Amino acid sequence: MTGDVAVLGAGMHPWGKWGRGFVEYGVAAARAALADAGLEWRQVGSIVGADTVRSGYPGYVAGAAFAKALGWQGARVTSVYAACASGAQAISTARAQILSGLADVVLVVGADAAPKGFFRPAGGDRPDDPDWLRFRVLGATNPTYFGLYARRRMAVHGDTLEDFTQVKVKNAALGALNANARYRKPVTAQEVAASPVVADPLRLLDICATSDGGAALVLSSMEFARRHGVAEPVRIRAVSTVTPRYPNTVLDLPEIATDSAVAVDPTAETFRASIARAAYEEAGIGPDDLSLAEVYDLSTALELQWYEDLGLCGQGEGAELLRDGETAPGGRIPVNMSGGLASFGEAVPAQAIAQVCEVTWQLRGQAGDRQVAGARVGITANQGLFGHGSAVIAVR
Amino acid sequence: MSRTRTPVVDGWFTGDGDDFRLLGTRCSACAAVFFPREDVHCRNPGCPGGDLEEVPLSQRGYIWSYTDSRYRPPSPYVTDPELPWEPYALIAVELESERMVVLGQAAPGFTVADLAVGMEVEVVPGVLHEDTETIWTTWHWRPTGVAI
Repeated sequence: MTGDVAVLGAGMHPWGKWGRGFVEYGVAAARAALADAGLEWRQVGSIVGADTVRSGYPGYVAGAAFAKALGWQGARVTSVYAACASGAQAISTARAQILSGLADVVLVVGADAAPKGFFRPAGGDRPDDPDWLRFRVLGATNPTYFGLYARRRMAVHGDTLEDFTQVKVKNAALGALNANARYRKPVTAQEVAASPVVADPLRLLDICATSDGGAALVLSSMEFARRHGVAEPVRIRAVSTVTPRYPNTVLDLPEIATDSAVAVDPTAETFRASIARAAYEEAGIGPDDLSLAEVYDLSTALELQWYEDLGLCGQGEGAELLRDGETAPGGRIPVNMSGGLASFGEAVPAQAIAQVCEVTWQLRGQAGDRQVAGARVGITANQGLFGHGSAVIAVR
Repeated sequence: MSRTRTPVVDGWFTGDGDDFRLLGTRCSACAAVFFPREDVHCRNPGCPGGDLEEVPLSQRGYIWSYTDSRYRPPSPYVTDPELPWEPYALIAVELESERMVVLGQAAPGFTVADLAVGMEVEVVPGVLHEDTETIWTTWHWRPTGVAI
């Protein structure tokens, strides 16, 4: 087991379509996290930025862009990119610096300014880029992959459109309680059913939007936290950043085909399940120890898939877990108490950090109307394009 | 004026009519198959690395899953913004002997209502889009034994 690092501060800029630059959102989140930690920016020894690919050069060097905007003070700087898993990579980097003694206090920041409509690849003709190819050759947007997964679940596990709808209804009700969420209105099953189909069988309200937003964390060594007067901080106990194992037999974004299993038999465990397992092993805990989970509900159907991949239930039992109310407030393992991506929309480099912000507030008992009573252990999970696993376990 | 027929990607498929095939590569050392083709290194981490030889993929497979695109995809997908958007289906097909899943557009005329997981499909030549000089060709998946 590796050592713990303390979460001293968490902060966000609300999600929405604000029409401003990503640096502004990131700096607002960073200042909120620093204030929450009771620390000044000049006390931070290292800043790690999660990159955005949608805001030009400053987005590729997000750590420096945030450091400059906060005011150069000489801190060590790192910028990381791992698509949707960028935030977890930033947390992982910060943790490694703290555990190795390179830094006492690290500021982690991610923010994005998302364009309207479908995400699309970077410009130019790049026939060696799988992301460019899937758009050029197939017009395969992100929602079409979500549609494929949803239809497959319906055929294999018997999930229904009503199950998918109920994920949205659950998450929208929670998002309505979250001041940082973009969508803050409860949604009815009738409203989901009345929304247009985007990628059969999924409707607009089954699929997460793309948003502006920013999230930040102040992490420190346990020793620094004690000196700072925080005896029992929320602690990060595990960060999983694993890659798939060949052959990867699930059709993952942005691939046009899976690996072939002709030469090597696939493992029984899928990539997504391995992401969670690595986190559990590192933390020395299991799914039964969890108080709550924040998962990447890019679509309603994907949330059900995560239930199974996190081991909250057996394979194929996700819909049943939902129907039994076990993942709703008051259930055995509430999922996406923040409202999830259903209520936020995805601000790519901020999202995995935002998940940890929610878990932090839950473990501190500061989640207000969304509070899970007596929360002690939380997990976050997501998956970034091109083979990036992401999961964080925090405890108190 | 005759227009040139050009594959949307070079080397991914070949042939006409009944001889149309997707092209992958196979490692001579471990027999792993790759599509899209790998021409430089075998990606099996347990393989010492062999020559990668072009190999045609099975013409038939079974639907692993399917969906459609109800909204116009962004560039670099090429569409005519002057024309109303016509949704098309996407099919992920499991190839038994290659033990892999390959995505493709459904042949024109087939909608999600015509499809089911487990249904047999075959690969057929198709046209992705046309411009004044070029007919850009691709592959389509088409349910076998179904007339529309």
